[in-house]
Amino acid sequence: MNSEITSPTTDKKTSPRASGQLVIRSIALSYLTILLIIPLLVILQDGFREGLGEFWRQVTLPMAWHALKLTLWTSVVMTIINTIMGTLTAFVLVRYEFPGKTILNSIIDLPLAIPTLVTGIMLVILFGPQEALGGWLKEQFDFSIIFAPPGIILALLFITFPFVVRSVQPVLLELDRAQEHAAATLGASGWTIFWRIILPPLTLPVVTGALLSFARAIGEFGSIVIVAGNIPLVSQTAAVYVFGEVESENRLGASAVSIVMVSIAFSLLMFADFLRKYSKNAKKEIT
Amino acid sequence: MTVINSSQINKTKKTPSTILWMEKNREKWSRGILITLVVGYVGFLILTPIIALTLTAFEKGAGEIIDSLNQPDVLLAFWNTLWISLVVVTIHAVFGTLVAWVFVRQRFFGRDLINGLIDMPFAISPVVVGYMLLLIFGRNGLLAPFIEGLGIQVAFAMPGIVLATLFVTMPFMVRELVPVLEAFDTRQEKAAATLGANSWQTFWKVTFPALRWGIIYGVTLTFARALGEFGAVLIIGGGVQGRTETTTLFIFRALDERQYIGAYSAALVLGLFSLILVLGSDWLRRKAH
Repeated sequence: MNSEITSPTTDKKTSPRASGQLVIRSIALSYLTILLIIPLLVILQDGFREGLGEFWRQVTLPMAWHALKLTLWTSVVMTIINTIMGTLTAFVLVRYEFPGKTILNSIIDLPLAIPTLVTGIMLVILFGPQEALGGWLKEQFDFSIIFAPPGIILALLFITFPFVVRSVQPVLLELDRAQEHAAATLGASGWTIFWRIILPPLTLPVVTGALLSFARAIGEFGSIVIVAGNIPLVSQTAAVYVFGEVESENRLGASAVSIVMVSIAFSLLMFADFLRKYSKNAKKEIT
Repeated sequence: MTVINSSQINKTKKTPSTILWMEKNREKWSRGILITLVVGYVGFLILTPIIALTLTAFEKGAGEIIDSLNQPDVLLAFWNTLWISLVVVTIHAVFGTLVAWVFVRQRFFGRDLINGLIDMPFAISPVVVGYMLLLIFGRNGLLAPFIEGLGIQVAFAMPGIVLATLFVTMPFMVRELVPVLEAFDTRQEKAAATLGANSWQTFWKVTFPALRWGIIYGVTLTFARALGEFGAVLIIGGGVQGRTETTTLFIFRALDERQYIGAYSAALVLGLFSLILVLGSDWLRRKAH
């Protein structure tokens, strides 16, 4: 754990300044280790305590498996909608002038400020089966939002809305428009210009934003426990399942499903990080 | 802008004026459709739920809201949330700045890996966070004998809740400060050192003022996130009414007990408070630039 002490850069000289830096680094790294790394290691150790077979058995139990599948497919649907609408929103915010634009721009950040539990309550008030809109939908179309997957997708869309917008917006702002004009001069239609000129440089921010929303969605709990309830095999997501297993003191099940969730989140974040670095290096090579 | 440009260009090519007119019209239409689509989506997804909550909470009047909040257990829940968030913000303001500084200024083994790990709390489910802490500090937990020996209770008590909130809010401070520190010109520090300032003076008089807005923004984001934390706090704190209950836990219990007015009012107050925090600091920052 204390690899920093053997780091070659620091033992060149033992001047008071260098040792001061070493102290600061040790404090910072111990802080991270205690708060972040030890808890992560503990859960790994706990989930694999009874071996790989038992871990797999816990993950593939019908309730756990269904919860994981539900979490994944609702997150995928959310990510697709959010990617399209987020990119469009960024485009409209950067390229068009219209009344209320500044207000729209601030509204984008609201989901970051509102506690997710409150988000869940707001959606239940709006779409709950006893409420006006929800009751009407239920009666007319037999379509339930609350305690069903559509509610989960709506809650996830609300929470992750800023990610794609805020990732695409700055890149779009800096985009050189001379290329678009050149394409237009050569007779390209608006659609072709969007598809062939504007979209390619946006791919990376769009993908990063999508990955972040997906990673965030996998673990969402506060809004979903309110919106979807806790109905096994119907609307129980992985996070809600882990909550149930902790409450009923099934440690193995809770740890196993937690590990699956943490691994998904971790690989997604690492992939997003890799993409960011990759693009930075590519940019450096060009200039 | 594009409207004029592309159509002018089309004119110089071969397009007859009728096609030019159609093209111009199509640009106008696509602009209108896109704006309507985005405004409609944001209105439906984000504004309607907020309005619905506000209207429902005020259905029986403001007096009812105040009555439902003016209960000893509700006030205690709000008080708990407030001081827990303040403690968390203070700890992160110090250590978050330190971590960001170490990341930007120092190179060491494992830096990239840890850099990636800092974002983990952002993606790990709060439920899993609470559960991890339970595995460490709970009844049969890893550190249970040690903690018991010291006579401190962590799980189902305030220290556990503070730890959970610390974990969940970890990335905000660091992520807010790293770009500011990277943009900061270290020559200023060197100049200060040349003029005889010691490292403490250099930090306090030169580096810190440059970081001020990053710190303020990081603090508000951390604060807002700490106020609203629910999943992790539910598991590690247990939500014991009158003891470890925070505002979010009270809202959850009130919904369960069908005290809807209490739940909606507390949700409204909590949501409003975080909104003011985040939008307020955003406004301040824009004013400062």
